[in-house]
Amino acid sequence: MQDRPADAKINADLLRSVVKVGRGWYATVIISALVFASAIGAFGYQLYSGIGVWGINRPVMWALGITNFVFWIGISHAGTLISAILRVTGAEWRRPVTRCAEAITVFALMIGAMFPIIHLGRPLLFYWLVPYPNERGLWPNFRSPLTWDFFAINTYLTGSIIYLYLPLIPDLALIRDKSRGLRRRIYGALSLGWRGTELQWARLEKAVQIMAVVIIPVAVSVHTIVSWDFAMAIRPMWHSTIFGPYFVAGAIFSGIAALILAMAVIRRALHLEDYLRPIHFNYLGLLLLTMSLIWFYFTFAEYLTTWYGNEPAEMAVFNSKVSGAYSPMFWTMVACCFFIPFPILAIKKLRTIKGTVIASAAVVVGMWIERFLIIVPTLAHPRLSFNWGTYRPTWVEILLTTGPFAYFVLLYAIFVKLFPIVAVWEYKEGFAVSKRTDSASAGEPAAAPAD
Amino acid sequence: MSEQQNKPQWAMVIDLDRCTGCEACVAACRVENNIAVAGEDQSARGRSINWIRVERYFEGEYPNIRARFMPVLCQHCEEAPCEPVCPVYATYHTDEGLNAQIYNRCVGTRYCANNCPYTVRFFNFFGSKWDAPLDKAQNPEVSVRTRGVMEKCTFCIQRIRAGEEKAKDEGRAIRDGDVVPACVQSCTTRAMTFGNIADETSEVARLAKSGRAMRLLEELGTKPRVIYLNKSD
Repeated sequence: MQDRPADAKINADLLRSVVKVGRGWYATVIISALVFASAIGAFGYQLYSGIGVWGINRPVMWALGITNFVFWIGISHAGTLISAILRVTGAEWRRPVTRCAEAITVFALMIGAMFPIIHLGRPLLFYWLVPYPNERGLWPNFRSPLTWDFFAINTYLTGSIIYLYLPLIPDLALIRDKSRGLRRRIYGALSLGWRGTELQWARLEKAVQIMAVVIIPVAVSVHTIVSWDFAMAIRPMWHSTIFGPYFVAGAIFSGIAALILAMAVIRRALHLEDYLRPIHFNYLGLLLLTMSLIWFYFTFAEYLTTWYGNEPAEMAVFNSKVSGAYSPMFWTMVACCFFIPFPILAIKKLRTIKGTVIASAAVVVGMWIERFLIIVPTLAHPRLSFNWGTYRPTWVEILLTTGPFAYFVLLYAIFVKLFPIVAVWEYKEGFAVSKRTDSASAGEPAAAPAD
Repeated sequence: MSEQQNKPQWAMVIDLDRCTGCEACVAACRVENNIAVAGEDQSARGRSINWIRVERYFEGEYPNIRARFMPVLCQHCEEAPCEPVCPVYATYHTDEGLNAQIYNRCVGTRYCANNCPYTVRFFNFFGSKWDAPLDKAQNPEVSVRTRGVMEKCTFCIQRIRAGEEKAKDEGRAIRDGDVVPACVQSCTTRAMTFGNIADETSEVARLAKSGRAMRLLEELGTKPRVIYLNKSD
């Protein structure tokens, strides 16, 4: 059992970025804002010229826009889902990790939800999908998976923001108490009159518990519904019952990878080496290993059954992926999602911070390619082979793909300036819990300040 | 219900034995329905619009090779996969069995095109344009489509409406010959027949009972209203 560091040291360490940021932070914000601005410019050009400036065509009507949509919604499963599962199962090592993950969820969802709008032929009419009747009393079509998407994503986004906000309240109050002037007023308003009474703590714990339980089925349903955009359609290699769980597993897979990457960057940039420790990367690495195996199992099952069934329409898509025009991407995906991360994560010696970061980077790339390969080869090979086509992205689509990554960095940088990225009170609470249970399995390995 | 039973149920029969692949139907459709000209560059990028096309498949190996032609247009499926997926009801089924597209409602998700097994839905990637003198040759009965919306074969709905009006004015039921879509009218070998399949005496109803009758990708259960008569040789 390690000694608990003084409150003052924890506060100083975890609030450092809130109080003062360095040159690196400004550079990050400016560069990411510029890159994101290029995407906004590209979108402006698209609005002006028409969606024809994308590379999409007939038959490939969806391509990078929807790839990015599915990818970012997948990344969003980092957070809330992982944080909620760890909270519900009482995994004590979660404490410094949860907020970092929840923030990923909110930002990734904000980005993912943009894509269905900007990919529309008439983007300015996106609000026609909002469920209220038009002037002729016509509601949106509730049979359409796109309408389901609208509900699923909005529910998840609302839930995730609440789930991020609730555990933030005591920390907001902490910042309020430590600041003066306008800042005190703002954080005061945000902390909703938190005074840290017994009753308030009891209610907060209760609310967080409820949200943690509620958000899990919501998160599962979101990516299931996203997968149904494809699975409900009678296209070869889309119309598959496995897609719901396949997508959810893939989402958690890429989500954990994104979380590891974000943690590694934050650890280095904010000097949180004492808080985000190798053991966290080790545990998350084990989770990533599990998901890698599950991903491989799902992919194997999906492709084997298609191949064995040997239906011509399905095989056209299958062959284009495995041995045809898309095979370089396909095998890169298999390498990035399984053959690279698996040995790194399976061998204990390699499951270091550096190792998990390399594995995670591969997984993020691999999962992006997976989304692309689910969409484009199927669309390029319609059942009537006379209409087969190809797809090549344009610079507009490429900027709209890279820009959101910068936007993500930008949002994250702003977040760490405004709020402590490691939950201060939860971290402190960990010591109380570990003292109470006093067992190595509960609090000790993670909650102790040093190895 | 009884009213719907009295409505004509439009259908088309295409005799593949007769089709020579001359593409007169393609040209006629383009003129009749104000179909925009994509141009060479956009066409190469897969942006051309052809509500009807003649698909050409080769059979056998050279020198014993044969070309097979099959005109493909919107099949006006009774169980159309494009319809349920549209979030804004831009595509729906009329009580005359037409798969209708409402351009004004369309926001351009393109989901309908993805879920169409026949690939007969066309998207306006840019605004429609006609080089001179085609811009002077527009059909006033057909609306032009704006940028960002989906379009496809309507079975020449403007001609259907005109035919129905005429029959109503004359106080009689619709009969063969009242409605002739542009493609059917222009078919040099009379491979195409159009009419009310609910009327047992109509030509399409008679041809649909042929032993050669088949529907495209029938196994998908989309119940197309376009019936092909297979090649007999």
